[in-house]
Amino acid sequence: MIAQILFILVLAAGIFLFARRIREIRRNIGLGRSEERSDQAGKRLKVMTLVALGQSKMVTRPVAGLMHILIYVGFIIINIEVLEILIDGVTGHHRIFASMGMGSLYDVLIASFEVLAAGVLLACVVFLIRRNLMNIRRFHAAEMTSWPKSDANIILVVEILLMFAFLSMNATDSILQDRVAEMQENNEPVSEALSHYIDAGSFPVSDAFFRPMFEGIESNATLMNVERFMWWFHIVGILAFLVYVPYSKHFHIFMAFPNTWYSKLDAIGKASNLKSVTNEVKLMLDPNADPFAAPAPDPNADPIKFGAKDVQDLSWKQLFDAYTCTECGRCTSVCPANQTGKLLSPRKIMMDTRDRLEEAGEDLDESGNVKTDGKTLLRDYISEEELWACTTCNACVDACPVNIDPVSIIIDLRRHLIMEESKSPESITAMFNNVENNGAPWAFPAADRGKWAEEMEA
Amino acid sequence: MAEKIQVPTMAQMAASGEVPEILFWVGCAGSFDDRAKKITKAIVRILHHCGVKYAVLGAEESCTGDPAKRAGNEFLYQMQAMQNIQVLNGYEIKKIVTGCPHCFNIMKNEYPELGGTYEVVHHTQLINDLMKEGRLQVKDGGSFKGKRITFHDPCYLGRANDVYEAPRKALEQLDSELVEMKRCKSKGLCCGAGGAQMFKEAEPGNKEVNVERTEDALEVSPNVIATGCPFCNTMMTDGVKNFEKESEIEVKDVAELIAEAADLI
Repeated sequence: MIAQILFILVLAAGIFLFARRIREIRRNIGLGRSEERSDQAGKRLKVMTLVALGQSKMVTRPVAGLMHILIYVGFIIINIEVLEILIDGVTGHHRIFASMGMGSLYDVLIASFEVLAAGVLLACVVFLIRRNLMNIRRFHAAEMTSWPKSDANIILVVEILLMFAFLSMNATDSILQDRVAEMQENNEPVSEALSHYIDAGSFPVSDAFFRPMFEGIESNATLMNVERFMWWFHIVGILAFLVYVPYSKHFHIFMAFPNTWYSKLDAIGKASNLKSVTNEVKLMLDPNADPFAAPAPDPNADPIKFGAKDVQDLSWKQLFDAYTCTECGRCTSVCPANQTGKLLSPRKIMMDTRDRLEEAGEDLDESGNVKTDGKTLLRDYISEEELWACTTCNACVDACPVNIDPVSIIIDLRRHLIMEESKSPESITAMFNNVENNGAPWAFPAADRGKWAEEMEA
Repeated sequence: MAEKIQVPTMAQMAASGEVPEILFWVGCAGSFDDRAKKITKAIVRILHHCGVKYAVLGAEESCTGDPAKRAGNEFLYQMQAMQNIQVLNGYEIKKIVTGCPHCFNIMKNEYPELGGTYEVVHHTQLINDLMKEGRLQVKDGGSFKGKRITFHDPCYLGRANDVYEAPRKALEQLDSELVEMKRCKSKGLCCGAGGAQMFKEAEPGNKEVNVERTEDALEVSPNVIATGCPFCNTMMTDGVKNFEKESEIEVKDVAELIAEAADLI
């Protein structure tokens, strides 16, 4: 009974802390501009099914892709077992699904969880080795020091510990089940506590690899304590992880599906047309437009801003992208600028956007305003040099396994530099002048544009 | 032997009450850059040879606004776009072929919202169509028979708009050995010119992007690096010169290769 109350308290605390953090993230994403991303549900479902559920963009790199699928499938399926553990914890049962007349289906389920858990364990060990011992460039970039590096390792170690606890729990349970069955065969008395360990489940992995570790424990009471400890460690660990994840890059496990649902459905090459600019340009080009006839600007309306200087100038989807990023670095590893030693890293663009948004959120909590700290995404986080290194080739967008778009953020920040600050490299300013005056990025007279045709000589 | 061709302009066509089948949007590089002008002429020779009823805008054409837009100058881009759309809609243009993937992308994807909706194709798509229809034929692969050709995917044709097959299908007609670089199609590496980089010095780094990309090409030892973009052409040509391979490797547009093989230039 005490165990049940304790369990319900821990569960409630976990859910409360998780929900509070989700509310905070929702609020932060809500700081962004509006953007329509809810049309064409059928097409969105298709993209989400293919990219998130089907992991289609992960497998372009087969080793990491297949290992990832192992962890992903393991995570989803093992949740059935977590459900059983939660019900057991609240109701005080042991392996409640087994007593629900599932028959051999329960054996199949537990056996498959075990195989998946072993797969997850193995994949996490391989990932730890890849990350820390192998010289894979994308894991050692400038932005992958301190917290991002520890975050990645914490996630892998926690997952290894959870799987270890899960398989140890099963191994000790399996030993206890056998001992109880033997006692019953010999008509020996079985204590109330021991009687929970009914013959349930099939444990191919833990029997083979984990059982030998615990068979030496002769005392059934000690063995039960070990089993309970592993059970508690596993489920409290999962709840703690649930609270940790939304503070971590690992949040992609919740964000990947909605983020792919809200993907840009147009051609990758299409950049947005700024509506605010369209209105002004139309007015400028209309010979009949009377600027004084325009309605007086609403004094309460937000001043029109062109491009983005800080996170609240970006759209909610760009902020959603930032929380979805799991810092895998596939974008950076295909970026032509990054590969040739320039400062730009698309992954850093996303990490900076998220970090600045978090900071703006904290500012909002403290003072009710996002701007009191005077910091901005541009310059305090992302430098002009990074922005001007981008070729807008969209290789990063193509490479992202969850359809994040760093290029749109780069263009929005460039828009602010140009249209609000008139700040660009000298040669870019010259190019603008040429386009404006000559209708070409070079200083050739517009009238000569058709001259090549005169040279269609024999 | 190549004949002298009178290139019709939209103004002339309209004056005589004629409507072209397709507008050839030449682009800034194709109009002014000496190297790119050769590509423009090759496209014209193909259009002329196939009897396609085409026209150009001549002095009425102006920059699409792409370099301005990618550099963040949305004002200048939209000014350019709306003026171009006014001209195009004035002539009731329905179909456009572009000589540059940047013009192709922006007119195909970004002009419609501003009131300019056209069927836009890239010249490699048109060439491929003309070949499929049998209007353009290359006898026995022409002078490129047996040569090794590698196609460099322009970002704004390939990744941006998923056009990978048309240029390759056209090149297959040359009876040459088409070899792929390790990074190709959607994984193709940029030449370094996009996003207005063409018009500025590269940011500090340890290598030029075009050199990195040329290394990809050199790995497959081609006789010809084929491109479909005047800017890629410049970057790859410079890259080949950087390795002093210009006597062994030609950098040519798909249009030039086909026109040459079909004996049009």
